[in-house]
Amino acid sequence: MAESIPVGHGSDDADHGEHGGHHEMTFGEKYIFPLDHKMISMQYMFTGMFMAIIGGFFAYAFRMQLAFPGMEVPGWGHVSPADYNSLVTNHGTIMIFWVAMPVLIAAFGNYLIPLMIGADDMVFPKINRLSYQIFLLSAVIILAAFFVEGGAFGGAWTAYPPLSTKAEYNLTPLGQTFWIVAVALEFVAFLLGGINFITTAMNSRAPGMKMWDIPMVVWMIVIASILFMLSVGPLLAGGIMMIFDQQVGTAFFDPDQGGDPVLWQHLFWFFGHPEVYVVLLPAVGIVAEVITVFSRKKLFGYKTILYTAIGTGVLSFTVWAHHQFISGIDPRMANVFTVTTLLISVPIAEMMFVYIATLYGGSITLTTPMLWALSFIFEFLIGGITGIFLGASGNDIFLHDTYFVLAHFHYTFYPIAIIGTFAGFTFWFPKMFGRMMNDGLGKLHFWLTVIPFNLIFLPLFVLGTAGQHRRIFDYTNFPDLALPWMQDLRVLATVSLCVMLGAQLIFFYNVITSWMSGPTAGKNPWNSNTLEWTATSPPPHGNWPEGLPTCYRGPYEYSVEGRESDFWPQDEPA
Amino acid sequence: MIINSLIPAASTYAGDIDQLFDVIMLLVGIPFLISSYLFFAFIFKFKKKEGVPAMYITGTEHKYMKWIHRAHIPILTFDVIIVVMAVNVWYDIKQDLPEANSTVKVIAQQWAWTFVHPGPDNVLDTADDIVTINELHVSKDRLYHYKLEALDVLHNFSVPVFRLKQDAIPGRVITGWFEPTMTGEFDIQCAEICGIGHGLMPARIHIESASQHAAWVAENSPLAVAALSPGNTINTINTINTVETKIEEFAAR
Repeated sequence: MAESIPVGHGSDDADHGEHGGHHEMTFGEKYIFPLDHKMISMQYMFTGMFMAIIGGFFAYAFRMQLAFPGMEVPGWGHVSPADYNSLVTNHGTIMIFWVAMPVLIAAFGNYLIPLMIGADDMVFPKINRLSYQIFLLSAVIILAAFFVEGGAFGGAWTAYPPLSTKAEYNLTPLGQTFWIVAVALEFVAFLLGGINFITTAMNSRAPGMKMWDIPMVVWMIVIASILFMLSVGPLLAGGIMMIFDQQVGTAFFDPDQGGDPVLWQHLFWFFGHPEVYVVLLPAVGIVAEVITVFSRKKLFGYKTILYTAIGTGVLSFTVWAHHQFISGIDPRMANVFTVTTLLISVPIAEMMFVYIATLYGGSITLTTPMLWALSFIFEFLIGGITGIFLGASGNDIFLHDTYFVLAHFHYTFYPIAIIGTFAGFTFWFPKMFGRMMNDGLGKLHFWLTVIPFNLIFLPLFVLGTAGQHRRIFDYTNFPDLALPWMQDLRVLATVSLCVMLGAQLIFFYNVITSWMSGPTAGKNPWNSNTLEWTATSPPPHGNWPEGLPTCYRGPYEYSVEGRESDFWPQDEPA
Repeated sequence: MIINSLIPAASTYAGDIDQLFDVIMLLVGIPFLISSYLFFAFIFKFKKKEGVPAMYITGTEHKYMKWIHRAHIPILTFDVIIVVMAVNVWYDIKQDLPEANSTVKVIAQQWAWTFVHPGPDNVLDTADDIVTINELHVSKDRLYHYKLEALDVLHNFSVPVFRLKQDAIPGRVITGWFEPTMTGEFDIQCAEICGIGHGLMPARIHIESASQHAAWVAENSPLAVAALSPGNTINTINTINTVETKIEEFAAR
């Protein structure tokens, strides 16, 4: 298998070559232990959505406590300080590692890469299956921590030692180890997935598909996988050191025995900052696919976007200590990291400009996926510019660990993980399930998600600027933070959150009813150019049983002058 | 302008941070407003109209690309202005250490603050030091060094009205400075999660005028306290008990 993989073909695994239904697959083969990239993608997608519901419920529980301290929260009960810490810790951990990563990288990567490059499957389907199984195991472990003695870990998603390494300080002797084991396993799962994404995109492209003909979202997932693989090593090592500190009695991070707690922070953020771009890039790629289709425009500056993505990725390895300005590092280091951090504004601004420029001269239809994609650009712009406040070391002395930081990174992660996912899911839903979603319900869901999102986090910018720190379960203990106008803003944020969570019922109702009885989509409902739209909806096992497509041009040839139709599919001979 | 409309500025460098925040707001606000305007203008202007096809623009044409490239000139200029200002403010607060009039010791633990003030002799580690729990007393217009320690896990000594924040790390003593510029009583927060009592270690800073502060020092110096009530040399025993009760209370939950 390893010696030669013919271009245009995916897997050559011995027992996987029989595409097209030579034998009937059992239920277990098809849905539980599948090798088909689309089914593995759906496993990741729905596990991710399930975890998002849990992460959202945690947010509901602790936001209720913040708005109405001491209340019996319906569905949770009294939120004790220990509960509060576990809830915020696991909300953060789950939303990043068990929602953003599986949905954006694994689900979209698995679904889109083979279909968009014209391959019948991933290069290593069994590694792909193993990746999901390890991921599922890690999800079970992170949730199981809530049911063990002492409860789930509550030392924040950054898990700074010594709090995270000594049970006498965190009071969760088992929860602390469940947490780090789950995170480490999750990294292993994504390392396996990443190998597949990179090799498949490099080796299995349709005949004729040159490097610059690869759709942007595929490029972005490949770059993200490379960033992930380069950055995760130190943290995986750090994670194992942490498990040793907790359970074996080593002292890598223990100052009492000559260890250094700040070392963990370096290992964590050396991964942690590139991780932001690992999840950002796939979302940026999804947005590129959606806005070109619904503005009938060629992507403005294909190579420019690619170079800015690579530039951002490289720079992202040089900025990690901006999370540590006031953590006791040598103060002279802050100057260097301020410069590198502010430099990131250059490629990111270029990327945003290029997207706005793509809209120029278009023929724009505001469908549901287009609304999501456009709101990504706008909301991420706010997330980006508020980062400048924090990257400027002098200003960070005041803003560090306040709600300003919290609001800032929710303005980046929310557009990425939630808005980007909805853009992609509503856009490819016809391909995934063969039916159209209800556009009216889709738009209602869009507005009832995006407006409350802003009403949650804009007030939190104000509270952060007023000096409110994070991870405190009851602000009434602090006279300067217990002012009535501040409490009003907290209530506004909580009520908006409840509206937003409630609105997700519309989404699930829409998904289920459209899946059951929506109008049939046909192969190419959006008149799109890329190869996945030439397969049937949904594509069968093997994607193109009648033969793999051939590629003749780039993916964004919309509204080419002198052509009758305003799109030009990649597989249409010239 | 923006920060101090929400929270008072009570140290010599608070104004610098507030000004830096305003400048950044202006410098990122302008590009933000321009790009948002173009973004919404394009969406409305180029909405689909029957019979009007989209333009074919590759994004490599000089006449379009120049707009993207030119935009980098203001962005890089703004970046340079922000970096220079930020580094200046940072240097003054964190890198430079001006001569102190007094030094206080700040000790963080799960979940209380211990403050050691110099007594009437203005020297630390002498018999007349004043030890307090969860309240720090300082004098307006006096430059203080703080020596920050942690006994167990990471904590963070944050005084929002000073715009001051510094992590405390077990095994290290971190020195920094502040100079209060107004009297009053304000919050000290722990800004680094430190366990289940993280939300329950509020402390207060009492900024007094020079004469009030001198009076407080004279009254609370252990020598003075001992003279008034023999047998009670350190006036913090009761508060330490409270901390222990708090820990037990949490452990029980």
